[in-house]
Amino acid sequence: MMRGFYTLFIKELMRFWKVSFQTVAAPVLTALLYLLIFSHVLQKQVQPYPGVQYVEFLIPGLAMMSMLQNAFANSSSSLIQSKITGNLVFILLPPLSHFELFLAYVLAAIVRGMVVGAGVLAVTCWMAPPALQHPLWVMVFALLGCGVMATLGLIAGIWAEKFDQLAAFQNFIIVPLTFLSGVFYSIHTLPDIWLRISHLNPVFYMIDGFRFGFFGVGDVSPWMSLCVVFLTFLTLAGSAILLICTGYKLRH
Amino acid sequence: MPDAISFRSIRKQFGSLRALDGVEFTIQEGEFFALLGPNGAGKTTLISILGGLTKPDSGKAEVMGFDVQTHYREARRNVGIVPQELVFDPFFTVRETLKFQSGYFGLRNNQNWIDEILENLGLEDKADTNMRALSGGMKRRVMVAQALVHRPPVIVLDEPTAGVDVELRQTLWDFIKRLNEKGHTIVLTTHYLEEAEVLCNRIAMLRQGKVIALDTKDNLLSEHQSVRSLNIRLSGGNLPRGLHNKLISKQHDQYQIRLSSPEELEWVLAEIRVAGLQILDMGLDKPDLEQVFVATMRRHDAHA
Ligand SMILES: Nc1ncnc2c1ncn2[C@@H]1O[C@H](COP(=O)(O)OP(=O)(O)OP(=O)(O)O)[C@@H](O)[C@H]1O
Ligand SMILES: [Mg+2]
Repeated sequence: MMRGFYTLFIKELMRFWKVSFQTVAAPVLTALLYLLIFSHVLQKQVQPYPGVQYVEFLIPGLAMMSMLQNAFANSSSSLIQSKITGNLVFILLPPLSHFELFLAYVLAAIVRGMVVGAGVLAVTCWMAPPALQHPLWVMVFALLGCGVMATLGLIAGIWAEKFDQLAAFQNFIIVPLTFLSGVFYSIHTLPDIWLRISHLNPVFYMIDGFRFGFFGVGDVSPWMSLCVVFLTFLTLAGSAILLICTGYKLRH
Repeated sequence: MPDAISFRSIRKQFGSLRALDGVEFTIQEGEFFALLGPNGAGKTTLISILGGLTKPDSGKAEVMGFDVQTHYREARRNVGIVPQELVFDPFFTVRETLKFQSGYFGLRNNQNWIDEILENLGLEDKADTNMRALSGGMKRRVMVAQALVHRPPVIVLDEPTAGVDVELRQTLWDFIKRLNEKGHTIVLTTHYLEEAEVLCNRIAMLRQGKVIALDTKDNLLSEHQSVRSLNIRLSGGNLPRGLHNKLISKQHDQYQIRLSSPEELEWVLAEIRVAGLQILDMGLDKPDLEQVFVATMRRHDAHA
């Protein structure tokens, strides 16, 4: 019954794996560069948590940021490419259910996010081996965070009709949300007003929860983060499935 | 037995343009059906509605008795559509493409049938070539193959022979004819009317979103049987004035003259004799589908 889902999932995996130099190696290199530069510039000034070096603090944040951006990129770019080249018809003509379509795109994007995340951790851990106090929290937030961004990517890919619309979505929504989420700093070092604003950003909870899994400390409780991230996922997933059901911008 | 395809008062508007304006007809199982019409008539839009790529503003479409919207999964399992636009996924080889397409239809071990399709479409030696590296006509063949992976009872081909060489046309139509003989219903659109005339047994003509003719090919041809044309070469002067409103075309001393009925022939020849002209050569044309098409479209232009 789920053969259609499985096939589309595998196709989506192969699509990014065949060009893994761009889809995996490139983001890992970018994260490594960020780490080298920021740790060099900020090492002496900042101590985010007592007893936690800035480099240690930065690594999980960078890993999560790369995961989120790549999960988003996978589903959104796959869809927009298929739409623009027109080969989306080969997915729209078969009897794939709305849910199968949703699940295949989102899961494949999650896999890409996880592969990139593992890559970032693998090439950076020599600088400061991560503590990894609660591996379960790490996994939960990695999966859920990627799930949120994969779903957002699906929505953006459905909505966008041109590559520049997608780029705008990425530059004006995804990048600010991830950069202002506490990847490079603990939000407790921020002025009060920015602290409040950061608490409205769901990406902050993904990164804070993920980091909690490593150090056992965070800016908020991991349970609180879990609630926010999970609710965000449910809301987005519901919206995405609704869009697919109505055929919004897919079936004219 | 349900109809293979049924359209019920299908309407579709793009902005202020009425692409489909109350289209209504059915196609029986086992038919070889041609959907004809000028550019922009609405053929592709109608086919898109059948495949669920486009939603009609009103009306209902069914495939093998399954509503394309409320029972979309069953409907889509029963139809294979070859889209008009040449599209492909540049990431994969021909075989990968066909394997994926089988999987989307829930098929697991489809290797034998895929091999059979590849062979019948002359694609065996391209099986492991990347889609990007294929010529346009080869890509078109793969699109036909993709529409057939799930052995659909209803096969719809939207201009499958546009930009395709003679050899593929032959192999393609031989293959499609065999499928038709095995019971598959075939619907095709084409601007090569001789193709439709040879292959199809029933024809719908679409113009500005409306069906303006719907009948068997034989009926359409015989309806216009009385309309023949006389090809004649004359010397000794120009065509008599009285025949000018019957003139279809003129080239040097060659005239093509419309005969509304066979009896008119005698009158035309008498006019020519009276004018003192000599007949160098002469022949009668039977109407072909192209002439029927042109005549039908013209009649509707006059009415519009
Ligand atoms: N997505 C769309 N948006 C706006 N107009 C459209 C759209 N799709 C089709 N049309 C218009 O609807 C009309 C019917 O188009 P359609 O493609 O169905 O014609 P067709 O009979 O297939 O023509 P052709 O022989 O050129 O393929 C045309 O006037 C076309 O411009
Ligand atoms: Mg068309």
